[in-house]
Amino acid sequence: MLLLDCPWCGPRSEEEFACGGEGHIARPLNSENMDDAAWGDYVFMRSNHKGVYFERWRHGLGCGRWFNIARSTISHEILAIYHVGDAKPELPE
Amino acid sequence: MRAQINRLAQGGRIDRSEHLNFRFDGEAMRGHPGDTLASALLANGVQLIGRSFKYHRPRGLMAAGGEEPNGLVRLRTGGRAEPNVRATEVALYDGLVAESQNRWPSLRFDLGAVNDRLSPLFPAGFYYKTFMWPGNMWPAYEAVIRRMAGLGRAATAADPDRYEKQYAHCDVLVVGGGPAGLAAARMAGRTGARVILADEGAEFGGALLGNDQEIDGAPGMDWVGAMAAELANSDNVRLLPRTTVAGYYDHNALTMLERVADHGPAPEPHQPRQRLWQVRAKQVVLATGALERPLVLANNDRPGVMLAGAVRGYVNRHAVRPGRRAVVFTNNDSAYGTALDLAKAGIDVAALVDLRAETPLGWVAALDDAGIEIMAGRVVSAVEGRRAVEAVRVGKLNDTGTGLVGGLGRRLDCDLLCLSGGWTPSLHLLSQSGAKLLWDEGLGCFLPGRAQQAVRVAGAANGAFSLGDCLALGAEAGNRAANDAGHRRRGRGPRHAMAGEEPALTPPLPIWKIPGDDAGKAFVDFQSDVTAADLELAAREGYRSIEHVKRYTTTGMGTDQGRTSNINALGIVARALDVPIPQVGHTMFRPPFSPVTFGALAGRRIGPLLDPVRRTPMHGWHQDNGAAFELVGQWHRPYYFPRAGEDKDQAVDREVLAARTSVAIMDATTLGKIDIQGADAAEFLNRIYINGWKGLAVSGCRYGLMLGEDGMVFDDGVTARLGPEHFHMTTTTGGAAHVLDWLESWCQTEWPELQVYCTSSTEQWAVAAICGPMARPLLAELAPDWDLSAEAFPHMTWQDGAVAGLAARVFRIGFTGELSFEINVPAGHGMALWNALMTAGQKYAITPFGTEAMHVLRAEVGFIMVGQETDGTVSPQDLGLGRMVSGKKDFLGKRSLSRAHSLRTDRPQLVGLLPQDTNLRLPEGAQLIGGADPSPPQLAMGHVTSSYRSPNLGRTFALALLHGGHERHGETIYVAFDGQAVRAEVTAPRFLDPGARAK
Repeated sequence: MLLLDCPWCGPRSEEEFACGGEGHIARPLNSENMDDAAWGDYVFMRSNHKGVYFERWRHGLGCGRWFNIARSTISHEILAIYHVGDAKPELPE
Repeated sequence: MRAQINRLAQGGRIDRSEHLNFRFDGEAMRGHPGDTLASALLANGVQLIGRSFKYHRPRGLMAAGGEEPNGLVRLRTGGRAEPNVRATEVALYDGLVAESQNRWPSLRFDLGAVNDRLSPLFPAGFYYKTFMWPGNMWPAYEAVIRRMAGLGRAATAADPDRYEKQYAHCDVLVVGGGPAGLAAARMAGRTGARVILADEGAEFGGALLGNDQEIDGAPGMDWVGAMAAELANSDNVRLLPRTTVAGYYDHNALTMLERVADHGPAPEPHQPRQRLWQVRAKQVVLATGALERPLVLANNDRPGVMLAGAVRGYVNRHAVRPGRRAVVFTNNDSAYGTALDLAKAGIDVAALVDLRAETPLGWVAALDDAGIEIMAGRVVSAVEGRRAVEAVRVGKLNDTGTGLVGGLGRRLDCDLLCLSGGWTPSLHLLSQSGAKLLWDEGLGCFLPGRAQQAVRVAGAANGAFSLGDCLALGAEAGNRAANDAGHRRRGRGPRHAMAGEEPALTPPLPIWKIPGDDAGKAFVDFQSDVTAADLELAAREGYRSIEHVKRYTTTGMGTDQGRTSNINALGIVARALDVPIPQVGHTMFRPPFSPVTFGALAGRRIGPLLDPVRRTPMHGWHQDNGAAFELVGQWHRPYYFPRAGEDKDQAVDREVLAARTSVAIMDATTLGKIDIQGADAAEFLNRIYINGWKGLAVSGCRYGLMLGEDGMVFDDGVTARLGPEHFHMTTTTGGAAHVLDWLESWCQTEWPELQVYCTSSTEQWAVAAICGPMARPLLAELAPDWDLSAEAFPHMTWQDGAVAGLAARVFRIGFTGELSFEINVPAGHGMALWNALMTAGQKYAITPFGTEAMHVLRAEVGFIMVGQETDGTVSPQDLGLGRMVSGKKDFLGKRSLSRAHSLRTDRPQLVGLLPQDTNLRLPEGAQLIGGADPSPPQLAMGHVTSSYRSPNLGRTFALALLHGGHERHGETIYVAFDGQAVRAEVTAPRFLDPGARAK
């Protein structure tokens, strides 16, 4: 049960949030010019690696706002919490 | 009444002045306050307490706490009956009723015991080996296996008791109320930190409850009492006895099960039976102690074979004599204390057998004084007696510890064999927290590895096996935990408690399988009936990973989570594979540490509180008028309104006909409504829906489909333009929350530049939909100033005005193909609107209709229902709605519609079906096949999505998704269900044309 520090509401228990999957996946603007494989990549393919994962969360049962976090998939340590649209933070290796 | 023949004349933490009556397997017995069910059974001379899981071997009590593998009973009766309760953890109360499990017809005479004789048929993995073929016989095998091999029966009556949940935060959570835990809680509490101390037992004290060690020159329990009193008087400390910490989750979230009223016949009126705590702790101190392991030797499961530490506890704490003549067999120092305490209590100790040649000097003299023979470098090589221990053989161990010198050896009569195979720090919770465990060769056990969360381990759980270390290191852990949680002690601390002098430790000698009687089964996991031979077999068959060995042999998979068996299993597997223990590793521990009842997990969320209930403002009217209801999401919607003597079909037919011939009324309040405003609202809808929105006039309405990015339909509805920058979106009843989430996610994350605000307005409005040829005159009567002509108020528009004197917004939209008005009023006026319509509608025999009639009406005219015709794999083209797709703009999911897979012509496509038998209603979900013979194998060609009877058509009809269906109208198809296949004609998905009536 993660403890997530909502940028607007402060630390709250995971059950108030919904995970929106991998972050920093921009919706293609020129999709009509993309081939099926490239579009399929955007729609379906997500990284599932061991280590630091950048993902989107929404404080659905609180302020309703989306935000980004960096989370270790090994320890579930939350390494950063930042706003939607911000660049990925630099993290120590 | 049975006599307490094994109750010692004096001593123990029991109140002899009070007698508690209880029954075990129907027999009346007595015990005292302070007894557990286990100790009371022992006091009454009950040695046989259950039959084992697989072989139905007679079993007695082995332990005294949560590690007990054998003593599982069914406690209480009726709705309060609870199976698989450990007798060692049940506090005795007056009127307690328990029965043994897994035996038939009786505990003493059990037919299943034949399994023990047939044991060659049940090797490791016997499920996989024996019951694989023929595959279709598995259900038959399973039924037998479930009856023969199993634990207790669950109650079938409803549980009358209440269960609660509580959430808590603290600075320091201390798990375990033994010496280390008490010392930790005390030091943490002195800093002012908020402390919770939880212990499984009714009394704090841990190991001190069962031995006579001294602290500060007085009995250890005096110190425990003083500590408990001091903590109880601290406002910042919460003491939770009878509370098991069951799960350790991420970010220091822990769950605890508090047994509030399990120690009495029934909870007091104000009490729940159990309370499930969810705690978020800044710091955790695990002082969870250590668990004793048995030694693995032949027939080590006979009633009368017990753990040495447990025996010590029964003697000292409960004043119970577990046997009359004992042999103590150990590989470490701790059992010497048991031998001494047995002798002190007047129980004959035939010998202490130590498989180490080197005996601990500090103890030897004391045993000599007590006249106890020490047999060093020897092992118990055989256990004699079937229903109970009658004697043991003691043989000499060879130099390598792998065999005996000179046969099974000397015979010693005894009825009690006390085993100590060393101590396993109880690190289940630490493992759950993510920490690795590291093997310590010297101590012969796993110790905590680096913490992954804010947690410390203290006391025996950390390998500190002396009382002095427990006290000192426990206090240090408590202090540091409080410091790390931001609390520091002001002023001088309390004086450290000091333990009495303890003999120096001689290292234990691990021999995982004791050589001896080869004919007898040597049990490792008593609860799952796994023997050393099973583990060795698994190794021979090629299993290398301990996780695989566990699943194959089921070792450690019982309700005791392998507390007594895991390390022995590991040792035996390592030896069989000839690798060191760290190379084999240990299995992951997973929550819960102890079984948690479903009652506690459910808490108050049962019955009517299972899920929130949503009702419309007109719900009371529906109830008063006999509506049958169905759940749509959390909404209770009228399903149909039967009149006296009508069944469902008759009611639905009548409702459907009324809608097409006169006027019918439906409560449409539950439709999801989202208010969308902002300068870019039209642009936003353009991106969300597949069709265009910028050209929609203010006062116009338009039907829209929204897709996921995979191009599949996920919701639909009519959206109206209320102003240049203002829209009123409707969604499906069940999809409303999901759609709002979807809109929000795109507004916030991908298109923050758009000026758009989305607000749920579902519950602001009550909606009555009237439809049918008489809908217009009916509404005209209630809205006399309103021009409702088709020219003044055309189809797919909305207008504001007064209906029955109520401010209303009326949409000329519908879902039935008939002339319809959806009248929206503020929710509080819903009932008034409904009453006005029902009253004025009497002259047209206005007919309320429910969701079933709505389904028939919409299906007759070929309107899809999201979630019925769609299942997340259906595109607009599949539904025949490809013409709605805008070519001029991008929208969510658009590119997916032109993927090669989406363009295939053999995709499942929406069609109509007319069964040849016009009275047959095809089952929804039935598969479509090509021929009249339904026997497998069959090429699946699609399935029925909606199926109804139409009083307008005078027959049944259905909608279906059929592979390549758009090109197959007029063909014949077969629908398979219940072992038959019936013929149906494929048609366009539209059965009735109301012509211009809707317009």
